Amino acid sequence: MIIRVTLPAHLRKLAHVEGEVKLHLEVQATQCSILDALEARYPMLRGTIRDQVTQRRRAFVRFFACGEDLSHEPPDAALPDAVASGAEPFMIVGAIAGG
Amino acid sequence: MSRVRVLVGTRKGAFVLTSDAQRERWDISGPHFAGWEIYHLKGSPAEPNRVFASQSSGWFGQIIQRSDDGGKTWHQPGTPPGEPTTTPEGMPKGESNKFVYDTSAETGKPLTTHQWYDGTPHPWEFKRVWHLEPSLNDPDTVYAGVEDAALFRSTDGGKSWHEIPGLRGHGSGDKWAPGAGGMCLHTILLDPSNPNRIFIAISAAGAFRTDDAGKTWLPINRGLHSLYIPNPTAEVGHCVHRIAMHRSRPDVLFMQKHWDVMRSDDAGESWHEISGNLPTDFGFPIDVHAHEPNTIYVVPIKSDSEHYPPDGKLRVYRSRTGGNEWEALTKGLPQGNCYVNVLRDAMAVDSLDKCGVYFGTTGGQVYASADAGDSWSPIVRDLPAVVSVEVQTLS
Repeated sequence: MIIRVTLPAHLRKLAHVEGEVKLHLEVQATQCSILDALEARYPMLRGTIRDQVTQRRRAFVRFFACGEDLSHEPPDAALPDAVASGAEPFMIVGAIAGG
Repeated sequence: MSRVRVLVGTRKGAFVLTSDAQRERWDISGPHFAGWEIYHLKGSPAEPNRVFASQSSGWFGQIIQRSDDGGKTWHQPGTPPGEPTTTPEGMPKGESNKFVYDTSAETGKPLTTHQWYDGTPHPWEFKRVWHLEPSLNDPDTVYAGVEDAALFRSTDGGKSWHEIPGLRGHGSGDKWAPGAGGMCLHTILLDPSNPNRIFIAISAAGAFRTDDAGKTWLPINRGLHSLYIPNPTAEVGHCVHRIAMHRSRPDVLFMQKHWDVMRSDDAGESWHEISGNLPTDFGFPIDVHAHEPNTIYVVPIKSDSEHYPPDGKLRVYRSRTGGNEWEALTKGLPQGNCYVNVLRDAMAVDSLDKCGVYFGTTGGQVYASADAGDSWSPIVRDLPAVVSVEVQTLS
């Protein structure tokens, strides 16, 4: 399946990409499997979204899809079908903080 | 003909300023890594076009960048654009961003806590790289001073990093506490005459020295007197802001402490105060003239809560006597209504004749003097707040 992922501007620049990233996934679409595939293709992003050792989401990074905040869902939980089918993107967002 | 390259780290990106030996006309490139905090950039003495940069963000963590063409292009070591992103064995690359404290039993005393501001135990947590110090003779070896305070080393050009655990584990690590800016290892001095000797400094733990290439460490804080800690003469706990040495005389160290400017003539075994006639002995940077080992520079700041120059006058102070007797250098610097700060890593010298001196301010100015401080002019006035300034003299 093809998964669409959107990245915040800082991470697009780090990964040398523009616009959405499309990832080929052969396993169930979860936060964890998407991030595994993203980091394998763009290793320069390792550590910027989740800790490289604990694998925990960085505090100021949020995950959204289909209008819902998925940041606090279990990393191995299946994502909505619309994400798995590529109809909707999995959105990685930098939290709004500061003025 | 010689040239000068000034590497400037700011709160919102890096800038590279270049000039010929006249140091009158400057080319400015940047911002590199726009929008990110660049705590420090430094070039390799062994291969000057190799420059390392610490790029960080409260959102996305720590990135290490490297340039092999003097700052024109950059990549994360181990993951250059256009190359395979996995090793031949299929393992993903991307280790250059990974700073993991050593907790192995083999290396002795894995520390889990240091002191928090209120004296309670607090877990060690990596936050960012404050300072990068490339080896004097190996372009692939570089040291990183990090927050929470620890010393890391890479021997593969920044592709991977490993803690030198003897520092945190030497015995006093659980008593270290953060300064106002965090608990950072901000100074790394490599002794040019002794490859096994390294000096480092931590806010707020103090200065330390190894004589066996990092295996064991000694606190070197005898003679420091800090009224803001419970025991003013404690072995550790001093808020050292910066240490400097001249390469011809590595046993002589100069220190700008939270308060007090200090000097050691015995590689840190003992310190004595050299604040002399300074208008205030609070400040952050300190540096040494490239050709005169007894000529040193500081930028006095009013106090620990008022981080700006006394009387709104930006003055560099120079001592030609190794301390105690200081003269104000004001020509070309604002002498009214100036309330910027100069941070600890934001001063550097070139090795041209006459020696050039450079510093950056939190107001975004980078000032240069091509005559050892007698006169100053801004290279650039309106950068983001300057965090660090390093200079390379290129032949």
